[in-house]
Amino acid sequence: MSSKLSLYKEFTKGIWEQNTTFKQILGMCPVLAVTVSAINGLAMALATTFVLVFSSIIVAIVKKLIPDQVRIAAYILIIATFVTIVDMVMKASYPDLSKSLGPYIPLIVVNCVILGRQEAFASKNTVFRSFLDAVGMGAGVLFSLILLGAVRELFGSGTIFGIQLLPDFYEPMLVMILPAGAFITLGLMMGLFNQIALSNKEKQRKKTIEKYLSTKNSINDPVGV
Amino acid sequence: MRTIIRMLAVLTIIGVISGGLLSQISIWSKPKIAAHRELETKNAIFQVLPEGKSFTKMETANLEVYSVFDDSGKLIGYAVPFEGNGFQGKIRMMAGLTSDLDKVTGLQVLEQVETPGLGTKIVEDPSQKEDPYWFPNQFKEVETQPMIGVVKNQKPVNKYDIQAITGATISSKAVVQIMNQGIQVLRKMDAEGKLNNAGGEK
Repeated sequence: MSSKLSLYKEFTKGIWEQNTTFKQILGMCPVLAVTVSAINGLAMALATTFVLVFSSIIVAIVKKLIPDQVRIAAYILIIATFVTIVDMVMKASYPDLSKSLGPYIPLIVVNCVILGRQEAFASKNTVFRSFLDAVGMGAGVLFSLILLGAVRELFGSGTIFGIQLLPDFYEPMLVMILPAGAFITLGLMMGLFNQIALSNKEKQRKKTIEKYLSTKNSINDPVGV
Repeated sequence: MRTIIRMLAVLTIIGVISGGLLSQISIWSKPKIAAHRELETKNAIFQVLPEGKSFTKMETANLEVYSVFDDSGKLIGYAVPFEGNGFQGKIRMMAGLTSDLDKVTGLQVLEQVETPGLGTKIVEDPSQKEDPYWFPNQFKEVETQPMIGVVKNQKPVNKYDIQAITGATISSKAVVQIMNQGIQVLRKMDAEGKLNNAGGEK
């Protein structure tokens, strides 16, 4: 099925149609835990994307060499290598960021977004397609993590990316930066996105009906729907 | 049999390549990470003992102790990283103590995972940084004899009391308790003569 998609579609499906957070609901642990602020969401998403892209490329290259019985172990080894690279580079170059993300960077190893893409996509597709798929999925993660982080930061501390946006008299809603706020925001977002998807579908349906009716009308045979 | 050998071979090769790659990156990143940690420690030491100009590290069995000296090389106190349990997880902090261990000169919390907005007031709330009743500031000049105590909802009367943060009593108490425990260990070391001897080695 996937090999029939156009290359462009292969890339964009991860951002909206199969968005890992809002549609596939994968990798929820980092999504809920690190989105206290927009910058944390951004860093986490970039780290995840890096690991996703490189593991996908490597897995797509070596997929024929790996025996089926040990493929998960092999994927985990490859993923863990890239996660450790990210962790070390982050600790060396951005110590503050690495501190605020804490154990969630090493935990990317077991993020099911990444393992899921290897198992479901990179192990069955060409290198280039896997690369596009990984970048698209990464973009989807980036989009959802920044959105969640920004919303929570805005209401929880009155800032976005550390820049104060809400006036001083606004009393920050503490709950938004607590775990409960993560669930509330995520739930509302998911509802919103489902609503958008639903109304899109509805529009599409109406269009088809209209088209159908207009062709029917032209031959003078009205049908009530 | 052939599949088993192939499985072993593939995993081994991946492992070796990954190990080689990681060791190269580790060679690059290790000194940088160590430098960050050292800088952090150094900043914290001079923050809690502002008159300090130089320090030496004392390795002891149960605690790292930094002896801090002023420009003339006189011992003015100790900076000690204390660690203990807070409300949700570990609190790690740097405490400055006078050389007789009877007074706290300053406190800086290095790591904590307290409740955001409540327990985190043990470090945050920069708006009150100048306020003497801002939590870390209260530790300046506080006496450690007989031990540091906690009072609630009132300004401390005794010189060894700290006012707990409203809404974060447990975190406040945890910090004080970690301090008390650490100071006790230091006193014991002092009584055994370990502290001064090690400090004099320089």
